[in-house]
Amino acid sequence: MPYTLKINGQSKTVDVPAEMPLLWVLRDVLNIKGTKFGCGIGACGACTVQLNGRAVRACQTQVSTVGNQEVKTIEGLSSDGSHPLQKAWLTLDVPQCGYCQAGQIMSAAALLARTPKPTDADIDSAMTGNVCRCGTYLRIREAIHLAANGGRKA
Amino acid sequence: MKTMTKQLDRRSFLKVSALAGGGMLIGLYTEPELLSQQRGAPPAPTPVNPSTFITVHPDNTFTIIAKNPETGQGIRNALPMVIADEFDVDWKQVKIQQSDLDPKYARDMGAPTVGQIEGGSTATPQNYTPMRNVGAAARMMMIATAAKQLNAPESELTTESGVVTHTKSGRKATYASLAQAALSMPPMAVTDIKLKDPKDFKILGTRVPGVDNPAIVTGKPSFSIDVNPPGMLYAAYEKCPVFGGKVVSANVDDIKKLPGVKHAFIVPPPEPRPAGAQAPAGPPVNWAPGVAIVADTWWHAQNARKQLKVVWDEGDVAKQSSAGYMAQIKQLASKASEAPAGGGPRSAKEGDVEAAFKTAAKVVEAEYEFPLIAHAPLEPQNSTAWFKDGKIEIWSPAQIPSLNDAAVPAGVQPSDVTFHMVRAGGGFGRRLYKEYDIEVSKIARMLADERAKAGQPSVPVKLLWSREDDMAHDDYRPAGYHYFKAGLDANGKLIAFRDFVGSYGNTSVIPATEFPRGFVPNFWVSEGQVGPFSIPTGALRAPSTNGISFVMQSFIDEIAVAAGKDPLQYRLDLLASPVGTPAAPNRTSFGAGFNAARARGVLEAVRDMSDWNNRSKLPKGTGKGVAFQFAHSGYVAYVVQVSVDSSKKLKVDKAWAAVDIGEQILNASQAENLVQGGFVEGMSHMMAWEITIDGGKVVQGNFNQYQPTRMRQLAPAAVEVKFLKTDYTTTGLGEPSLPPAVPAISNAIFAATGIRIRSLPLGKQGYSWT
Repeated sequence: MPYTLKINGQSKTVDVPAEMPLLWVLRDVLNIKGTKFGCGIGACGACTVQLNGRAVRACQTQVSTVGNQEVKTIEGLSSDGSHPLQKAWLTLDVPQCGYCQAGQIMSAAALLARTPKPTDADIDSAMTGNVCRCGTYLRIREAIHLAANGGRKA
Repeated sequence: MKTMTKQLDRRSFLKVSALAGGGMLIGLYTEPELLSQQRGAPPAPTPVNPSTFITVHPDNTFTIIAKNPETGQGIRNALPMVIADEFDVDWKQVKIQQSDLDPKYARDMGAPTVGQIEGGSTATPQNYTPMRNVGAAARMMMIATAAKQLNAPESELTTESGVVTHTKSGRKATYASLAQAALSMPPMAVTDIKLKDPKDFKILGTRVPGVDNPAIVTGKPSFSIDVNPPGMLYAAYEKCPVFGGKVVSANVDDIKKLPGVKHAFIVPPPEPRPAGAQAPAGPPVNWAPGVAIVADTWWHAQNARKQLKVVWDEGDVAKQSSAGYMAQIKQLASKASEAPAGGGPRSAKEGDVEAAFKTAAKVVEAEYEFPLIAHAPLEPQNSTAWFKDGKIEIWSPAQIPSLNDAAVPAGVQPSDVTFHMVRAGGGFGRRLYKEYDIEVSKIARMLADERAKAGQPSVPVKLLWSREDDMAHDDYRPAGYHYFKAGLDANGKLIAFRDFVGSYGNTSVIPATEFPRGFVPNFWVSEGQVGPFSIPTGALRAPSTNGISFVMQSFIDEIAVAAGKDPLQYRLDLLASPVGTPAAPNRTSFGAGFNAARARGVLEAVRDMSDWNNRSKLPKGTGKGVAFQFAHSGYVAYVVQVSVDSSKKLKVDKAWAAVDIGEQILNASQAENLVQGGFVEGMSHMMAWEITIDGGKVVQGNFNQYQPTRMRQLAPAAVEVKFLKTDYTTTGLGEPSLPPAVPAISNAIFAATGIRIRSLPLGKQGYSWT
């Protein structure tokens, strides 16, 4: 069944089953690979994207439920890697394997959009659904603060 | 017992020296094995040919080859950094290119037996000097060429930032202007290469961000799962959940009719070799039979599995369970005195522990256990292959890539394989085992054959396991059950140490060479094995100390408390009192044995970092614990401070880590990250990770039953790391930071509460993170 989706500011039409998760529409139908598969049950956050600015798990979002909402993936966060979070991630050399980081950044971006100066508790609450198996949490938290401070260390 | 055979194959595989593709595998398992591997006569070095690794561009920038698999340990940065520093170019002039699997890299770096592998924290110690040689040889070739062009003696030429300068005349020549002549010089003998003085390093030891970071933070395809050659189809592969089970039949004709499904077929097990036929060279390549479903998207393939009906022959393994293994272990305990006495890597007997226990002023006894655990890297197992015209091309995330893994299942020769090494979303030892490479190669071949019969062109295929597939079909960290007994004299000095281990599977969880061996006159470690045990086990980050450290460093803590001593000082005192003559320190520390002075060094450092001596001032319910570990040639000590409330809510307030991996940290940023990550992984082992077996299959299905540490469980600035610079050769850092994290936490819980943790994970005992 055809669905027209708004993804990163572009209109994309796909012909897929209603129950196909947005994750696989992005990855395997549209070849937008930045959003990652980790668990398929919404338990790891690797597939985090934004729907109208809200962080959601793409593996738990059936394509038929997306409707007119704006889908934003890591590829759409900025045109050139200049989002403050992306810059902070580079400054602090956050990744180890890097597989979770797109999801981490998308959760963090949703947080900063509604809470520009988050506390540690705000960050922990917003980021608890995003697993980093390599354990880069200290740098992720620091990078979110760095981005919130306009790139200056607090 | 089918899987037991498979497991033994893996074991022998890990010991095998020659790898298809020219690699050599050194000691992924334990220090004794490392040592025995090192004792073999080293093969003659080959001449160094830098042009295999360095491309010089006209704008005086440089592409440097990264030749090892990258799974997050940072080797894609680290090895090119070594070349660049010796080559005397600036890091900003360097681009990095990941190599394919090709024996020319080992040959042309002068070390023909060093493979393109990630495992055992070996990449740094094996490649550090060869990479220095590559960079230094290239620099020498630039100087030799410049001497001719500038008509100046080599001794008057200096290099910096990719430019050769003749200071006397002020004349300069860029590497770009010299490259054509310089890099076509004949390869250089290793003995002719002059290395930099490490004090002149400009790149090594600094903080160099990961080369793939810009791609990672913008979502550019970077990982194995993102590989997407044109026309690719997606495969899911259903295997028997009971280990060793076989397919009897499956409704593949029904499956083929489902939406998006293009092919569905039963993959048979490997055919037995005809009698008298020779096994192919290299490690055995086996695969588990199953049902492959190939579709236009992975979701269609995976969704079709819901309709899949397979009749399995589960075999006898279905009778095995964790409860059954434990019942056997409890029975084994009564036979401890009859266990084989000693010798070999799996047991040790020195002095007479039984006699010493009779004279002891105090005897401490305790039972400890740690469970099977899964690796659970965040990127589920996957691999992509394309069988076409009698050749196979593969894109693999493996830690030990092997041409045979593609060649054997595809029915071609290793020379018919093109092997691309792709960044993996975490390794932790899981990608030492490469079922997905083998399975995808078999599926790619069967797919190509089926399509050829139907007149369809061959296409690439990506095999992707679900998270549940990965949990159900791992090579699990082996479990162990330890019956400890220690004897102390009237002064609290340790005089006898006994450990009888109920072990699961044929992989090392036996602390036969472990501290306090060598520091107590009577020492006896032996084992009794549970069987049949048909669960595949293997190397998880820091085998085998990832489990042994918990039991040994916790029980040593108990001994110190029984002796009425400061647990940190008790360890220092033991380490200062070797029994017999201690071995002379071996400065080339890779593969060398335990060095007590280095262990004391990290303990003393962490004592000072953590204000250990003032710990009595901590409030009630808060305590500090200590542990150290010698793992994979590195020395790490932690002090951890925890708070525990009356409802067993646990918080790590702070951890201090002192680390000694020798004279040179390659990348200061990545090194710190790896230590912090090792501690965070230790928290997962501590609280939540356990694999249990019921009916011959794994009970846990996904992260909801196998919780990794989450950000909120980690206090800000929770892990402070200090590297001690010692004059030993540099060794690896992928593994050593994990093992002592676990006992340092459990010893802190004791300090905070008086409750001794003797079993993992804590979640089963009513604990949770705050």
